[in-house]
Amino acid sequence: MSTKTLDEPARRFEELLGPGSVITDPVRLRTYECDGLTHHRVTPGVVVLPESAEQVAAVVRICNEYGLPFVARGAGTGLSGGALPRADGVLVVTSKMRRILSVDLPNRRATVEPGVTNLAITEAVRDLGRYYAPDPSSQQVCTIGGNVAENSGGAHCLKYGFTVNHVVGLEIVTPDGDIVELSDIDPGYDLLGAFIGSEGTLGIATKVVVRLSRLPEAVTTLLAAFEDIERGGQAVSAIIGGGIVPAAIEMMDALAVEAAEAAVACAYPEGAGAVLIVELDGPAEEVAYQFGEVTRLCEESGAFEIRVADDPAERAAIWRGRKSAFAAVGRISPAYIVQDGVVPRTALGGVLASIDALSREYGIRVANVFHAGDGNLHPLVLFDDAEPGAEERAEIVSGRILDLCIEHGGSITGEHGVGVDKSRYMPKMFSDDDLNTMQLVRCAFDPRGLSNPGKIFPTPRLCGEVPGVRKGAHPLVESGQAEHF
Amino acid sequence: MGAPLEAPLKAQEAQKALRETGVTIREATCDDAVGGVAPRWVALPENTGEVAALMRVSAEHDLAVVPAGDGTKLGWGSPPERCDLLIDTCCLLLGDGSAVDHSSGDLVARAGAGLPLSVLNSMLSRSRQELALDTPLGAGTVGGTLATAVAGPRRLRHGTARDLLIGITVVLADGTIATSGGNVVKNVAGYDLGKLFTGSYGTLGVITEATFRLHPIPAGRRWVTVDLPAGPDLPASPAKDTLDGLDGLDTLVAGLAASQAEPSAVELEWPDLTGGATVSALVEGVAADARAEAVRTSMDRYGSARITAEAPTWWSAPPGEEVLLELRVPPAAACPALRAVAARGLPARVRGSVASAVLLAALPEDIGEADFSGFVTGVRDDLRRLGGALTVLAAPPALARGIDRWGPSGALPLMRRIKERFDPGRRMSPGRFAGGI
Repeated sequence: MSTKTLDEPARRFEELLGPGSVITDPVRLRTYECDGLTHHRVTPGVVVLPESAEQVAAVVRICNEYGLPFVARGAGTGLSGGALPRADGVLVVTSKMRRILSVDLPNRRATVEPGVTNLAITEAVRDLGRYYAPDPSSQQVCTIGGNVAENSGGAHCLKYGFTVNHVVGLEIVTPDGDIVELSDIDPGYDLLGAFIGSEGTLGIATKVVVRLSRLPEAVTTLLAAFEDIERGGQAVSAIIGGGIVPAAIEMMDALAVEAAEAAVACAYPEGAGAVLIVELDGPAEEVAYQFGEVTRLCEESGAFEIRVADDPAERAAIWRGRKSAFAAVGRISPAYIVQDGVVPRTALGGVLASIDALSREYGIRVANVFHAGDGNLHPLVLFDDAEPGAEERAEIVSGRILDLCIEHGGSITGEHGVGVDKSRYMPKMFSDDDLNTMQLVRCAFDPRGLSNPGKIFPTPRLCGEVPGVRKGAHPLVESGQAEHF
Repeated sequence: MGAPLEAPLKAQEAQKALRETGVTIREATCDDAVGGVAPRWVALPENTGEVAALMRVSAEHDLAVVPAGDGTKLGWGSPPERCDLLIDTCCLLLGDGSAVDHSSGDLVARAGAGLPLSVLNSMLSRSRQELALDTPLGAGTVGGTLATAVAGPRRLRHGTARDLLIGITVVLADGTIATSGGNVVKNVAGYDLGKLFTGSYGTLGVITEATFRLHPIPAGRRWVTVDLPAGPDLPASPAKDTLDGLDGLDTLVAGLAASQAEPSAVELEWPDLTGGATVSALVEGVAADARAEAVRTSMDRYGSARITAEAPTWWSAPPGEEVLLELRVPPAAACPALRAVAARGLPARVRGSVASAVLLAALPEDIGEADFSGFVTGVRDDLRRLGGALTVLAAPPALARGIDRWGPSGALPLMRRIKERFDPGRRMSPGRFAGGI
């Protein structure tokens, strides 16, 4: 579609939102050409910045009039290209919808607009002894609307679950432009559960009601250093097998530690082949007991150094290396690909060994950072984009890692989403029937396929008309003169 | 009604085709009726493939299908508009013929839909693990629990079935077998069909297999229980001047929900709304004794609280079975909801997860249509004003005539569109669900 086709809708958007809230200037449009997955870039046809649900709905209705695809975008931190714009479409940016509308302590919930950052919710209620539990690494900047689209997790989802377990209500604009409220109280299908994690393909969230959790009485974070990743893995198995569900268990291998050291000087123990971070929280008595157990199990598994953080500053020091890991690999490699595959935790050892073998086979370094408690790998596949063929080899290694995850009964994505990046792997994980069934949901919400098309599913689907609901038998059938086939 | 079947020839053909699937088929009896609607046949498939074969035949012959597990909640929801085939999941096993695929090191288990939850949990307990879902009716299968989204006291800590389900296999109305999710807890690939099917009352398809995340069995369990005196004698909230017993309950429950002892459940038993209520909190895990003691101390001003190693006899059971209503409100509205029930002046018995504000109310079977209808519409209106909802879980068809058992939902048009896509012929449990879906 030529930009000219967008001229008229753009004028309509300006009438609706005011000229300051519509971007058509090519230079400014390029600001929005990618999300956190920077190697996919598309300059959007037009960008709109609505300030209310009504404005979002009106924008979507105009998109319907002209048959324009639209994509919602929060802070653009997503790592799967979920917010990759369409050159022939509209990018709906929620950055002007960032009000915390209410904090309702007696009901343990807050109602916020989609552009509010994840961390802003916790900051608004922390002094009241509450917080919002899901904590993706990008929580300082990522928005709750994006979290809803991606069903974001974070290091602490091992114990506390994902966005879908902490959102109790939504106001959405459907792909037709209707404003609909979804709530965990109303009878009927769990549309809240269906919408969260649908990567913007079922509409745009315009209000999010989140559950506020009580801050735990006690938090203890410990860091254990091991000579190699196998011993670290043994410790993880022993902890989980011992009936302990820590708030988080994170592991980094030697290369990831080296990168973090170079970037933020986190001063992790020297010579560590693997570093394990375990965070325990909850009632003080329980945390004290579990701390003793975890320490013992780490030592028995061969930890050569254990550090403990009891206050927020020490805890931040331990987490600094882990949280900086993605950005930090920039210090040791010109370019990298992050993967997000998941394997059953018991398969971790074997899969890491296979990743190591792949790394050697292709001459591509892989730094491993992962949520060890739930088997969510974040292999950082490092390459030099100046070296001919390196990117291709890195892509192959990256894809082979996802194959490994699928072979072991895992998933191609634990928290980053499918987006454009992994849609081609969906047929490896799901059958045609599985994908077609998911598309039934898509067609129910978005029969015209305008809401974030091209994401999740490898091939677009024409929804077609709903077959007529049969109220009774045709007279010819009833009389036995004809049959349905 | 299934008009084509009224021709005996058509019925014979359908029956022949059902038998040709090789699945065990028997003629239905009146004991198989769903909400008073008797099916013609009952099928007992043994795996997902057999369910698919049954569904293909049902599609060809326009048979209306209702899936059933133990039957503990088969009378819940509206009666089906028609029912030709009841699919009894009792014998449904996993593809390899086993009942459960338990990966204890991964805290994950996959089970056939017909497996009773109690059997599943007794198998898991050998590895000191459990599916942290209560079975409020004392029985119930994996599939039935999912289809009705029923949950018990520990919803406060662990959520409900939808929060513990990580993968699901279903058979659609046309016989398509579809899977979503998988075997790992952390997984955002594709739409989560499990959420959509949980609580769908058999209207979208037949659930045949489910995979759950598990939890370690807690080291200890203690219940802390306090009997509150009847209404006006309760200590009031310190913030208020008026003495209203429900204010006392309000502060007690809010305190328990915020307690650093982290109770897994806070339940209310109120057998007679003119008398006193009982509140019991469950503390699970390490140092359960010390934490229970902290809870007991916090309850002291409300009455003499006791700590027990056994649950109160009423724990997790519904307050009645024949006429049973579910009341859901935002957490702080639990006491106003109780006031709304009490204000009707009917002999309701209320029990439930008061800290989660999901309560069950039972009414006597002989309540009479007019009183019942007045209660449902009156309390429903009151709850709507509190941001809540009332649904009639169980009621004899004669009593519930003319009543919308489900109540309104703003998202009904979207729900109808989903139903139309999944079941365009309206053959899956037609009419049982919200909005006549």
